[in-house]
Amino acid sequence: MKYALYTGCTARESTPELLKSTLTVAKELGIEIEVLNEASCCGAGHLQDFDEFLSLTINARNISLAEKRGLKLVTLCNTCQLMLENTKRKLDSNEDLKEKVNEKLSEIGYKYTGSSKIQHFLYAILEDVGLEEISKHVKRPLNLKIAPFYGCHIIRPSKTHDGDNLNENPYKPNAIENLIKILMGESIEYDSKTRCCGFHVDLQNTPLSEKLTADILIDADNNGAEAIVTPCPLCHLNLDVKQRSAAKEANKNINIPVLHLPQLLGLAFGYSKEELGLNHHIVDVNL
Amino acid sequence: MKVVLKVFRFNPENEDKPKYEKYELDLREDAVLLDALNEIKWKIDGTLSYRRSCRHGICGSCAVKLNGKNVLACKTPLKKAIEDFGEELVVEPLSNKKEKIIKDLVIDKKDFWDKNHKVKPFLIAEIDEHPKTENLIKPEEVEALEEADYCIACGCCYYACESLRENKEFLGPQALAKTYRFSADKRDNAKKERLSLVDSLGIGVWDCVKCQACIEVCPKGVDPFTKITHLHNQIFEEGIAKKNVATKHAEGFVHSIKKHGILDEGMLVLYSEGVNVIRHLPEAFSMFAKGKIKFPWNMPKSDQLEEIQKLVEISQTHELKD
Repeated sequence: MKYALYTGCTARESTPELLKSTLTVAKELGIEIEVLNEASCCGAGHLQDFDEFLSLTINARNISLAEKRGLKLVTLCNTCQLMLENTKRKLDSNEDLKEKVNEKLSEIGYKYTGSSKIQHFLYAILEDVGLEEISKHVKRPLNLKIAPFYGCHIIRPSKTHDGDNLNENPYKPNAIENLIKILMGESIEYDSKTRCCGFHVDLQNTPLSEKLTADILIDADNNGAEAIVTPCPLCHLNLDVKQRSAAKEANKNINIPVLHLPQLLGLAFGYSKEELGLNHHIVDVNL
Repeated sequence: MKVVLKVFRFNPENEDKPKYEKYELDLREDAVLLDALNEIKWKIDGTLSYRRSCRHGICGSCAVKLNGKNVLACKTPLKKAIEDFGEELVVEPLSNKKEKIIKDLVIDKKDFWDKNHKVKPFLIAEIDEHPKTENLIKPEEVEALEEADYCIACGCCYYACESLRENKEFLGPQALAKTYRFSADKRDNAKKERLSLVDSLGIGVWDCVKCQACIEVCPKGVDPFTKITHLHNQIFEEGIAKKNVATKHAEGFVHSIKKHGILDEGMLVLYSEGVNVIRHLPEAFSMFAKGKIKFPWNMPKSDQLEEIQKLVEISQTHELKD
């Protein structure tokens, strides 16, 4: 089994622990990874505000990198996943647009065909490895109360994900809960698990972003979570790096560790804090 | 078909707090949620209050929350709802904030309507009252509106909006999609005025948190988020965009992609904020201490950067003007 890995920018910069733990866990699960080092930024949900067409051409190129290799394109970030899928859905459903984009791509020797599936690492391992096989790698049962936090772009809009997220119900997702269960942890139920962390307005409306983040942290904390786990590095930045300022905005004391999804798997597989990059977190992880 | 509904009940005139009432119903296989509410009101408890009118998904009055999802009661088959949410179906008003409840599932939508009015949801044009010929609009000009004209102002998106949860001033997805309905209409004369309004920080497009909840709930497929994206684009196309942290942030991605292929996170913040970047220093220090910051000398670049640079050069369609 081999994936073309679209790391996204965050995993190469402010969340190096995400890339590290992903590579560790993929190796454990017997997945070969080819990192797409020629990929560009997906535009992170902001480039298309400035220039919709440019966002399509650069993401069509990103997708075609996996197509050229004949591999599934696997992402590590909710927003990268949505940006790439948005491009795929638009081009696959509009021949004229696809032609216009391919006209530009041909000038740099590329062609978008639509042949590669695009899937977030969470759903890729569920589809290709499966819960039963993953459970065989558990060496250190979690025995923790975990708050699953999905973030927005991996579950909404369901029509765009169109099966790539295994038809997750955006109001009642269960992929992370299923994983927590086989890793022998306990997932807590709380209202905020499908809410928004506010990351995308963090610069232009910081109080709004901090309030939304604080709402999630407080809700998880009130429901007895010992840690939060998220499949999205942007949510991670808000929940971990901004935890102190969010707590201050909400006038509360909060201190709750936040894990990336592969780190949670890695912990249960028996890997050390260093192998999973837990030393990079702002809120100490002592689980 | 046996259906069990748990329905939010609250009469602020003589009750202190809301409660949930359970109703066991026997309905046709093809029953929709509105049938269930009618069954309760007509046969079990006439005091249940909810809005309804057309029962054809046109009037937008019967919007309620079903297991956390805002829906039109008349367009929601119960069989599918049970498939999606299990046997326990919970019906609540679009907002369960106490101050908004008039009675049971009926809420005061004043804030929603105020914002709808604020964007002037009508055509602004000089109209000859005695025209000699028809005022024709070409099919491709109508296509530019996309689905924006399908909005029935039911409020499903507005009361699902994550930005509005903590920013009461935000115009919200319905009013913004409505703005696009007219800013994309060739016959409308107020495009710049409309775009200036929605370009304002705090109330306009820049405060959308991009949560996609509006797309997910819209029962008419309006796709408000995409209309918000089009508004952003029109704001740049028409030269309305003022240089500020939000517009510089959107534009900053192009600079960064041209320079590194991938995003230079630190430079993007610096580029967007200007001197205000100092407010991020405490965070930056703690990130630096944990190895979360790349400096110009160790900033990674995409392989084959020249391809990306050329692609940006040949496909960029907008520029930020002041």
